[in-house]
Amino acid sequence: MFGILITIGVLILLAILMLLYRVYTLVSVARGTDKIKVSASNKINAILFLVFMILCGGLFFWYSFDAYENYQTPFAAAHGEEYESLFWATMWVSVAAFLITNVALFFFAFRYQYKEGAKALFYPDNTKLEIVWTIIPAIILVTLVFGGFKVWNQMTDESPEDAVELEIMGYQFAWVARYPGNDGVLGKYDFRLISPDNQMGLNLDDVNSHDDFMPREIHIPKGRAVEIKIRARDVLHSVSLPHFRQKMDAMPGMPTRMWFIPTKTTAEMREETGNPDFNYELACQQICGRGHFSMKMIVVVDEPADYEKWVAEQQSWTDANPELLGNRGGQQAAPSAAQPASAENVQLEAGVTQ
Amino acid sequence: MIAKQFLVTGLLWAFIGGSLSIMFRLQLGFPEMSQEWLRPLLGDWINSSGKIDPEFYLALVTMHGTIMVFFVLTAGLSGTFSNFLIPLQLGARDMASGFMNMLSYWFFFLSSVIMFASLFVETGPAGAGWTVYPPLSAIQTSISGAGFGLTLWLISMTFFIVSQLLGGINYIATIINLRTRGMSFVRMPLTIWSFFLTAILGLLAFPVLFAAALLLVFDRSLGTAFYLSDIYIAGEALPHVGGSPLLYQHLFWFLGHPEVYIVIMPALGITSEVIATNARKPIFGYRAMIGSLIGISVLSFVVWAHHMFVSGMNPFLGSVFMFLTLIIAVPSGVKVFNYLTTLWRGNIVFTPAMLFSIGLVSLFISGGITGIFLGNAALDVYLHDTYFVVAHFHLVMGAAAFFGMMAGVYHWFPKMFGRMMDNKLGYIHFWMTFVGVYMVFFPMHYIGIAGYPRHYYSWTNFDAFSGFTDLNQFVTIAAIITFSSQLIFAFNFFYSMFFGRKAPANPWRSNTLEWTTPAEPGHGNWPGEIPTVYRWPYDYSKPGAIEDYIPQHIPYSMTPGSNLPHENELADREKDDDAIVVDDTNKH
Repeated sequence: MFGILITIGVLILLAILMLLYRVYTLVSVARGTDKIKVSASNKINAILFLVFMILCGGLFFWYSFDAYENYQTPFAAAHGEEYESLFWATMWVSVAAFLITNVALFFFAFRYQYKEGAKALFYPDNTKLEIVWTIIPAIILVTLVFGGFKVWNQMTDESPEDAVELEIMGYQFAWVARYPGNDGVLGKYDFRLISPDNQMGLNLDDVNSHDDFMPREIHIPKGRAVEIKIRARDVLHSVSLPHFRQKMDAMPGMPTRMWFIPTKTTAEMREETGNPDFNYELACQQICGRGHFSMKMIVVVDEPADYEKWVAEQQSWTDANPELLGNRGGQQAAPSAAQPASAENVQLEAGVTQ
Repeated sequence: MIAKQFLVTGLLWAFIGGSLSIMFRLQLGFPEMSQEWLRPLLGDWINSSGKIDPEFYLALVTMHGTIMVFFVLTAGLSGTFSNFLIPLQLGARDMASGFMNMLSYWFFFLSSVIMFASLFVETGPAGAGWTVYPPLSAIQTSISGAGFGLTLWLISMTFFIVSQLLGGINYIATIINLRTRGMSFVRMPLTIWSFFLTAILGLLAFPVLFAAALLLVFDRSLGTAFYLSDIYIAGEALPHVGGSPLLYQHLFWFLGHPEVYIVIMPALGITSEVIATNARKPIFGYRAMIGSLIGISVLSFVVWAHHMFVSGMNPFLGSVFMFLTLIIAVPSGVKVFNYLTTLWRGNIVFTPAMLFSIGLVSLFISGGITGIFLGNAALDVYLHDTYFVVAHFHLVMGAAAFFGMMAGVYHWFPKMFGRMMDNKLGYIHFWMTFVGVYMVFFPMHYIGIAGYPRHYYSWTNFDAFSGFTDLNQFVTIAAIITFSSQLIFAFNFFYSMFFGRKAPANPWRSNTLEWTTPAEPGHGNWPGEIPTVYRWPYDYSKPGAIEDYIPQHIPYSMTPGSNLPHENELADREKDDDAIVVDDTNKH
């Protein structure tokens, strides 16, 4: 009933508006104002451009300064410094270009509004000007490109030898991380071995996998390079670590990687941000389905000593699930040399070394 | 006629696409609010707690993107104005093949019907993002939006591609073959140049999308593994091995990037025409404008992988594409500077079309500039798939192209329907839309710089992303107002179509040929002979001329007062040739 009343009300309102519009049109026809080439609205529109420029420009400056703290993500990676300076260099160039062109646009719109008797300047061409504004932006852009090359190469380069290595796998809808354990080598895996007990598909034939461990949180040491191997189990995901200024897609069948050097521990960051609950968060940034927005994992940056301690406390995967090895009737220790050339093994090799 | 069909269908789609965006904006701006009132429309996609289902949220985003990019800004914009303006501005009786033209529309219509139907299937419409990346889109169990809805999506897109190709071939054929006497390539209005290059881009890029979609269909239904490998999903390991999800991304963006220029170039063409006409000045640097269009067209094919900097492709490729991407900013910059110089010392008449054109230039600047961040591989690592990207492309190609479309509608409405649209309503529509668009998309830059990811149903799971609730509300409110103000346009459009003031033949005192036809051109466009063209289309405010415009069909011999020295020579030849000028370089 209520809905019907509202509908009727809206319809009546529309009818009234339509009637008003009709009256207004007829009045303007009667007055002959609709015949004038350029009406008074022209001036109003010209002024509105100026008003728009001043108000929105003011809003832009006010909010950019006022909310500065809110839109900054503090960084905690060694390349963060250069990253930020590149970002801000680009920002200043952009803001300058943005302001100059927009101000010129709105100012010209205001300044050169139609005036009775005035005549526009016939000015079809100026090759010199054209060359100037082709070359100058080109130079600026090439400079920025070189800044970009430098940071990009650093970010995508090989990680140093002594890097801490771990693996992150995305699946619908969570992350799981794996550390290599005492031997420092991540064991082989195969997606066909994945089961509820073995969610990463580790290959027990490879002894290197026996001491791998999968913690609930990711811990990494401050000041040491971290090499992250990335893969996905089902669909695309993306490992996004905003505070470390890194991001890389996770793909099934095509492992990817990233590296960085964390420079601030979680404790230090809590102090810096003044937020006692601060945590580094790993987010998924490639659309992956229903739970895309909830794929989170906590990353903790420790002092190196704390990190070593944490690693030592972790229980290896096979220790946590002793039945896995038990089921295999004691041949777990034998390396898989007996079956080197099977198609499956080739597949495994390819999976890990890529 | 075909043009009007494209226009009305396009506007209808714009309304649907816009409504979808309001639905998901409500979820983002007011996550606590009950959406129970949408239940009559969405049924069980409103869950028991009165919220939009997260999978349906993804479907909304996907369909909004698909509809806006393909159905509104590709078919609605270039379909409308290419069909309408190419014959009229070139001096042709009709398109090269009227039949293909008709097929192009009806394939589009078929594709529209299928896409529309997909909104109502039980498992929901496609929900894998408008880019439909596999494996999400290839495995039907990965998300409900990868089921029947996505099958329909693929079928619909196939017909859409057919429609685009039929249209594109026809545009190209018409422009090359059916120019009237004297209409050499360098006398064509910039609108025609932009349609011409757009059609070429479409012709080269859309088949690749077709291939990508076909392989996706194979992967979905026939058990092939072009894009799939090493997948364990829903409790089982799939037999597919050896495919690469990256292959799809390369194929998709090989279309996807030219596609954004397919969207924006016609808008830029329309703007060039409208700005020159209403500033009463020749467009500045006509040849540079053509050059930059050609530059953009060529470069648009070699920048696609800038969408894939963090996809896992070789970082060296990233460096190459970063360089090429930033280079494409140069011709885009040239266009902006030329628009500014065209306005400089003009005598500007603010018709609604002119307002929208100026708005377009502003949006093109504001959105284009953030491309410098995103084109930089290093910076893109952090910004990729954040709201910064959303802000960037909505401004530079979404809103800007939409403004181009509006400019075109206001400018050529008199020629399409023989009646004038109401200016005052046009002004209100413009200002509400212009301010609204900035209020919707500009704040997203801040949200993006703060790292907020797109495609998120809600941000509260993350500490780092739980601020900005106020700004998100603001954006949603602005979006609702902006969307509502389109109703003013809808009213103005349909009301003026039937009851508008009768239009004179050349209401904007413009130079191009379409204004030499009767107020509402019938079959064959010109009742008598087709006019011959003697000059370029931008002789506005020429010194010595009687009026402040000289249409293209006026011979130089009739305007001795305003001719430049080399034009006097042409005037002599006009006399020799009995007023026939055939361009030396384009003899038929």
